[in-house]
Amino acid sequence: MPRTAARPSAEGGVTLLIATRKGLWWLASDPMRREWTTRGPQFLGHNVHHAVADPRDARSVLVAARTGHLGPTVFRSTGGGRRFVEAARPPAFRSGSGRVVDHTFWLAPGHATEPGVWYAGTSPQGLFRSEDGGATWSGVDGFNEHPQRKAWCGGDQDGTPDGPKLHSILVDPRDPRHLYVGMSSGGVFESVDGGADWTPLNRGVRADFMPDPDPEYGHDPHCVRLASGNPDRLYQQNHCGIYRLDRPGNVWIDIGASMPKSVGAVGFPMVVHPTDADTLWVFPMDGTDVWPRTAPAGRPAVFRSRNGGRRWQRLADGFPGTQAWWTVKRQAMTADRAAPAGVYLGTTSGEVWGSRDEGDSWWCIARHLPAIQSIEVA
Amino acid sequence: MTAHRSIEAATTVRVRIPSPLRSYSGGRDEVVVAIPVLAPELPPTLAGVLASVESQCRGLRFRIVDEQGQLRPHIKLFVGLTATRDLSTPVPPGEDVTIVAALSGG
Repeated sequence: MPRTAARPSAEGGVTLLIATRKGLWWLASDPMRREWTTRGPQFLGHNVHHAVADPRDARSVLVAARTGHLGPTVFRSTGGGRRFVEAARPPAFRSGSGRVVDHTFWLAPGHATEPGVWYAGTSPQGLFRSEDGGATWSGVDGFNEHPQRKAWCGGDQDGTPDGPKLHSILVDPRDPRHLYVGMSSGGVFESVDGGADWTPLNRGVRADFMPDPDPEYGHDPHCVRLASGNPDRLYQQNHCGIYRLDRPGNVWIDIGASMPKSVGAVGFPMVVHPTDADTLWVFPMDGTDVWPRTAPAGRPAVFRSRNGGRRWQRLADGFPGTQAWWTVKRQAMTADRAAPAGVYLGTTSGEVWGSRDEGDSWWCIARHLPAIQSIEVA
Repeated sequence: MTAHRSIEAATTVRVRIPSPLRSYSGGRDEVVVAIPVLAPELPPTLAGVLASVESQCRGLRFRIVDEQGQLRPHIKLFVGLTATRDLSTPVPPGEDVTIVAALSGG
């Protein structure tokens, strides 16, 4: 089903893909990242979970969408987002498995040496791969059919109210067969054989909601990132804190303990600097009591570390100082590759905020959008 | 006007398409599909009708029927005036099929 809309020109500036609960928007900046233009919507009324541009060709864009009543699908563009065509075979579990994809939650381009390869993570937890730019998708049997999968993930009805998810699909830039995924719930898993087999990678991560607080799997990573400045370094924002892992080590280090006690270490997004593996940003949210998942005390702030999580700095210049009960979802925060890096976050109240100075100061660059689910740099 | 009539070894069924699915039907609010009839006592089923719809409206079926062959939540099918979620339901001669997509709130 072709869909057409104008894509903003962003020569010399930054373009953001804003996926919302009611469609897809584009934000494009001038070269200084001061002025922003909003274009859209595309897929108006569709629940867009993720929209990702392919860094390998700068032309392809994939969009994971469903609507309130229709099943999940993937749209793809090979023309920079001007025209989209629906996947001929969207991600779907094997017939007879009894499992049904509720929505495709996460899209990830494959390795630089594998043009056309994409991965998709679904709710409930499933891993899918396309080798033709997103036109057709097949299950990664090494995960979906793994004899331990149900033990790792639990039943499809056991998950969170919005559905258990496979997310944070990470491809080692040095080796296309070296993959990581995160699952809420399930934990972080690693494959060194292109997805044929998987191993839990959760040592050191708390799971204080489980009967065994130190299990091998069953954890709840909210967002896992590979530092592009150092592919041996991983960070994760977890249900139970913030962690760093330096490979080949396999024990995560708790770096959330150094967050202010009044703020805590709960949040969903995690962003790592594009070139400096020691710099990262998180957006803490209230994880007390019934888990409001809003800015603590209604005072939103980004926290940045410049030393791999040993110390954190509160950054709120430009943000409202009170009565701002923001929720920022795990895919709704990102950074561009400019110098200094721009950092962007989107709220479920439909605002996009950006920083041109690595988080020191913030401006609202779009408002009045539907609930924002993801932000990616195009 | 009857929307369903036998034509030698095939019959036709009118299928009403709700607005969320009209991007698959070229904007049409109904499509008419031809269904092979194996025997007069074996009318086509909803599954057969949807398979024929798919041949005209590529991609539509997966949006309303999941990979295990079950009608998705929030979708309802009518054969004539009778609602059903069973895709093996026969579609008797002269009956339309209506696809209904339920929406609520925001």
